[in-house]
Amino acid sequence: MIGLAHFLTVSALLFAMGVLAILLKRNAIGVLMGIELILNAAGINFVAFSHFLGGLEGQVITLFIIILAAAEAAVALAIVFSIYHNFQTINVDQVDRLKG
Amino acid sequence: MQSSSFTLVFYAFAALTLAAAGVVVFARNILYSAFSLLAALFGVAALYAMLGADFLAAAQLVIYVGGILVLILFGVLLTQRGTHLHLRVTTRQALPAIAAAALVAAVLLVAMVQRAPWPAPTPRPYTPTTAALGEALLGKYLLPFEVVSIALLAALVGAVYLTRAPEHDR
Repeated sequence: MIGLAHFLTVSALLFAMGVLAILLKRNAIGVLMGIELILNAAGINFVAFSHFLGGLEGQVITLFIIILAAAEAAVALAIVFSIYHNFQTINVDQVDRLKG
Repeated sequence: MQSSSFTLVFYAFAALTLAAAGVVVFARNILYSAFSLLAALFGVAALYAMLGADFLAAAQLVIYVGGILVLILFGVLLTQRGTHLHLRVTTRQALPAIAAAALVAAVLLVAMVQRAPWPAPTPRPYTPTTAALGEALLGKYLLPFEVVSIALLAALVGAVYLTRAPEHDR
């Protein structure tokens, strides 16, 4: 019997993977992938609660999460391109000048 | 209500999602990470479908897999130096990072177990949710819906402005 706890476990592990990607990657796009994993983990939680406890609110909020993730990806990649233009690298630990 | 095939399919997609996420984290080549993210996002879409969220599963496929992931792939390929592809990703301070992530997972799982038992799941029939979602978006959630559309517009204009080449380069 697959219950709420099963989905919450998957979501918790996915969230931890996202945190690990953010901490581990030096490549800024790798960090971005970690953020996407975290947003998806949150989405699973919302949809799981919505399914098991009734109501549609969780699905609406997950829809907003997906929309805002699209906006976030567009802006973050624009910033990454801008950083690449200025530094010729997107390793986050080498981008350490405030004024170039 | 649930058959054993439901259990099997759940474990299959949960394993696919988590294994793909693991490859995203630990792959040495950023392109492998990007393609593995595709599998992870697909697995999440399947989990949405298993939770009866048919519209969300489709939206996840169209927006994430079809949109965001293509954007990320463009980002990976456009930010490599010169003609030779320098796709290696190096990591730093792996052990503290793994310890911190394990701590996060432990806190989440312990909090989940402490709250147990969760309320017994109400058996809900799998009905299409698209119509109800649309009515919710244009009724109860009209204001957040409009705010989100303005935020999306502002983000896209901002993205175009940020990627534009500086004046003196032209």
